[in-house]
Amino acid sequence: MSVELPVAEDEGESGLTRGSFVKVAIGGMCLGYAGIIGYPIYRYLNSPVEKSAALAAVSEVALKDADKLPKGSAMMFRFGTRPSMLIHHKDDTWVALDAVCTHLGCTVQYKPEEEKIVCACHGGKYDAKTGDNVSGPPPKPLTKFVTKMTPGMVVVTRA
Amino acid sequence: MVGSFKPGSRLYDWFNDRLGLDELMAFAQHKTVPVHRHAFWYYWGGISLFCFLVQLFTGVLLLVYYRPGPEAHESVRQITYDIHFGWLIRSVHNWSANGFLLSVFVHMFSVYFMKAYQKPREFGWWSGMALLMLGLLFGFSGYLLPMDDLAFFATKVGLEIPNSVPAVGPTIASLFRGGPEVGEQTVQRFFALHAVVLPLLYLPLLFGHLWLVQKHGMSVPPSEEKVAPEKRKTIPFFPNFLLKDLAMWLIAMNVIALMASLFPWQMGKPADPLAPAPPGIHPEWYFMSPFQLLKIMGNLMPGALGEGVGMGLFTLGLALWCLIPLYDTKNATGRRARNATYFGLLALGIYLGTTIWGYIGL
Repeated sequence: MSVELPVAEDEGESGLTRGSFVKVAIGGMCLGYAGIIGYPIYRYLNSPVEKSAALAAVSEVALKDADKLPKGSAMMFRFGTRPSMLIHHKDDTWVALDAVCTHLGCTVQYKPEEEKIVCACHGGKYDAKTGDNVSGPPPKPLTKFVTKMTPGMVVVTRA
Repeated sequence: MVGSFKPGSRLYDWFNDRLGLDELMAFAQHKTVPVHRHAFWYYWGGISLFCFLVQLFTGVLLLVYYRPGPEAHESVRQITYDIHFGWLIRSVHNWSANGFLLSVFVHMFSVYFMKAYQKPREFGWWSGMALLMLGLLFGFSGYLLPMDDLAFFATKVGLEIPNSVPAVGPTIASLFRGGPEVGEQTVQRFFALHAVVLPLLYLPLLFGHLWLVQKHGMSVPPSEEKVAPEKRKTIPFFPNFLLKDLAMWLIAMNVIALMASLFPWQMGKPADPLAPAPPGIHPEWYFMSPFQLLKIMGNLMPGALGEGVGMGLFTLGLALWCLIPLYDTKNATGRRARNATYFGLLALGIYLGTTIWGYIGL
């Protein structure tokens, strides 16, 4: 669809004809409207994303009564919005790790009999003490947090 | 813009051989739009179409956060106060709904007075009336969805209309409510009606309506038919009138945006079946006329009789209104044509008069 507007004779050095001026003006107006309409719609749809981002911006999580976790077992908790895992090892050491597999984002699980963290999706395995990826497809280790034992709770902070 | 995509170019031919673009272009270009002093009224069908498109678009956006059932009020509260620009999307949906019904009414009356319902456009008139009814149902069902006090009472009162139909009325009203009272069940089924059933009915009917307009072209009012055909002026619909239409859409969009931002749609307290109806409660303007008619009839005749007579008169008037193409045909004598115009003026007068009366009486 195009409208043939009367085009003025050559308007000298500028080279700007009436036709091209109108085209640019209408194009600019369309862009302006697209922005004015597009921006609120983007913010509207993005609203929950922004809310989660604010939630995720935590640097410390206090896990009440987590110190009662039996040896050789693990519990899941949220670090901000991320699924995370607190493990109480048989040798009485405590480890907190990000529980999202670095391969394709499945949530991993602790296997006490192997002393490993495994991912059921594609068979990735991680060392349960360091979070290092030891076999399978994961390209990177799991992020390890710092754990601090206090009476009645375990405090987990970013390293 | 797309310099190489012109008829005759290789790219155009590639698509044309597969999609039949030439036929589409021929169909689009076959219609012309008459140019005369009443031509202003030709825009109103297009404006209602624009408002409807805005409704589809903003309706889908509201679907992203709206939750029917017990959380209906809370989810609309979140849209209005928590979600970025949610108030704006909701306000545009409300203002555009009002703009839609307003332009549909203007479109209907202008079609009526320009006698555009005459042969061969009878089905244009009937499909238009069906679209108007669906449009009013859209308005009625959508009004309940925020589940605030006004919505609650509007639905309660509105469902008294099917309820008063003899014999089957109470059953129909209960089916709409999903129980003896307006509540969670009602909002859930009104949502299904508003967001699924009505659009499914509306869209094919709308395409049929538009196809008829394209097929028969614009009607010429009787005053213009007296002009010798060679003296009548027309412009092609595509692209000339379409561009004028788009300019009108731009104005409509700016008006809606302005109203939606300056007068954001408010939200009432959550519906409470035990709370008394708020004072001054009244229907939206498009339902004000039947509301006032029922009130007048109720004052003239006591009890259910007045309501019955009012409803009966309203239904009769609507039926005659729909049947007008069969009475005022192309071959009708001058008397019939004049009667149709008087009937139209009477209907418009009653509609406007009772609406204004209703607002004064608040």
